[in-house]
Amino acid sequence: MSGFVSFFRRLEGPQTVGRGPAFWSLFAVVMMIALAYPLFSDGYTVGNTVYFFVWVFIALSLCLIWGYGGSLSFGQTAFFGIAGYGYGVLTLNFGSAYGFTLVALVIAVAIAALFAVLLGYFMFFGRIAGVFLGIVTLAVTLMLERFMAQTAGPEWHIGSARLNGFNGMSAMPPLTIPWPGEPIVLFADVGLYYFVFGLLVFVYLALRILMNSSFGNVIVAIRENPERAEMLGYDVRKYQLITFVIGAALAGISGVLYTAWGQYITPSSMGMTAAALPLIWVAVGGRSDLTSTVVGTLVVLAAFQALTIYGSQYALIFMGVLLVLTVLIAPNGLVLGAMNWLGRLAARLTQRVS
Amino acid sequence: MDIATLVFSALYQFGDAFAFLVLSACGLAVIFGMMGVINLAHGEFIMCGAYVTAATVHAGLPLPLGILAGTIVSALVGVLVELTVIRHLYDRPLDTIVATWGLSLIATQGTLIMVGSTMAGVGTPFGSFQVGDYSYSIYRIVLFCAALGVLAGLYALFNWTRFGVLARATIQVPHMAAALGVDTRLIYSLTFACGAGLAGLAGGLYAPTMTLVPTMGATFIMEAFVTVVIGGADVFLGTAPAGGLLAIVKSGMTSWQGQLFGQIGLLVAVIIVVRVLPKGISGFVLRERT
Repeated sequence: MSGFVSFFRRLEGPQTVGRGPAFWSLFAVVMMIALAYPLFSDGYTVGNTVYFFVWVFIALSLCLIWGYGGSLSFGQTAFFGIAGYGYGVLTLNFGSAYGFTLVALVIAVAIAALFAVLLGYFMFFGRIAGVFLGIVTLAVTLMLERFMAQTAGPEWHIGSARLNGFNGMSAMPPLTIPWPGEPIVLFADVGLYYFVFGLLVFVYLALRILMNSSFGNVIVAIRENPERAEMLGYDVRKYQLITFVIGAALAGISGVLYTAWGQYITPSSMGMTAAALPLIWVAVGGRSDLTSTVVGTLVVLAAFQALTIYGSQYALIFMGVLLVLTVLIAPNGLVLGAMNWLGRLAARLTQRVS
Repeated sequence: MDIATLVFSALYQFGDAFAFLVLSACGLAVIFGMMGVINLAHGEFIMCGAYVTAATVHAGLPLPLGILAGTIVSALVGVLVELTVIRHLYDRPLDTIVATWGLSLIATQGTLIMVGSTMAGVGTPFGSFQVGDYSYSIYRIVLFCAALGVLAGLYALFNWTRFGVLARATIQVPHMAAALGVDTRLIYSLTFACGAGLAGLAGGLYAPTMTLVPTMGATFIMEAFVTVVIGGADVFLGTAPAGGLLAIVKSGMTSWQGQLFGQIGLLVAVIIVVRVLPKGISGFVLRERT
């Protein structure tokens, strides 16, 4: 019983912002609003919100690897693409009966994670760090994009699934939950909303626990000073590899959900621009904190979409400027800065009352 | 087809790959080797050089002058970028990657908006010559010579000029150089401009051989990064041998299985070399020496 309690104690700790009744009651209020939200909105808007949620997973993966682990990876979109294509190939071959789509989700994420094990082994056990890590992961991502983009011919197929080159794959079935009588098909509206939202809350809380556990503390210690962590007896390479693989799996979840959401996946989802966007969300939000990453990602995505509607071609320029300015002026991220400021304000107010 | 033409064909392809790798990488390598900064906007400097070259050639200037103009404009843009962004980030190397990526987004999209999705190209000069059954472009030979020329020029610049000495002093022990009266910030600015100018030169040289689109930088950067990663921090001990090694891999794989496999071969070579020599070829050579 006490082990059970101490497990949930890890929900708050030194590695995550937000603690105490104030934070958790705010969390509960946000949960309530998010759960009730589809009742007051139309299917299209809810589907669009799911689209935002889908991207939060890849942002969290980058937050984990870059913000907590200190290794800048441009490869998250590669794992995104691998898992997305994996889901497409599996479901186009085996259909969606008997809840196979959920199995395909797990298998596709596992494929992405396996790829990360392979790539991560060469990188971390080769002791690549810093800028080189970013370059190697970027090169892998661009390579995958180029490879997928040239698979247009009919000779490129896996089973009955054509890869279709630059146009990408489409018409794979959406996620389906087997149910006695009628299986529940999660189209991109309310059904998928609750599924993705539930998964998101689960992943968020699980990552909070993970980062405040001893594993998370070691990861942060490695970020702060790899030599010291090594001297204290931790195998830095192993911890970095595990973080990388967890991050790849999260990015893979994003990829599968994206594919299931829009029922298509194209090579350009692994291109330069696609790889840059998660970086912007995470950097602007605040890379070294989970909550800031989630909030930042949702805010920047919403702003980006609004900008795309009003000034389509200038939206990317705005994103670039936002990224450069964030790095120059608020390197820790805007949301994290704002949250820390609020926290200090709250602390001052409570001191004055007591 | 006899052996001689086969050998010539292999040599030609090797030279072509070598020129492409060295020319696209040396600007990046100079900046990385000197300052530890990876310039992710490198491809956009190349694009800048190519666009300026094409624009000046369309305006009536001969191609060599156009290439010169492209180089100079890229170097000037480099100075501007260094002054406004890079200068503030020298103590945060990871953040320079992120910031230069932001710059690359701005540059690509900005070019798309201002110039349009494509720009009229420049014809490849010099024509071609025949060896055996195949015809070869003379301009590719010129590019190979240009790559060798750039390497020689960089060697001369860093070993025989006052700027080179000051720059090498600044890399080795920055605060000592500053204490001896070297304006290290100026040196950094000039080095960055030098790297950006080399990128512009690469763009100008390759402008006649490819279609000019705003995303053309992406075709260079992978090769450039791969060469710099394998080469390590030193241009002469790293970039040049890395270019040679990768050119063998790339031209071999390309003539065996096609262009895509040439690139995949590069990537696999990088991952393996990095696993064996984490500091690149130059790190390996320098460690052996001490």
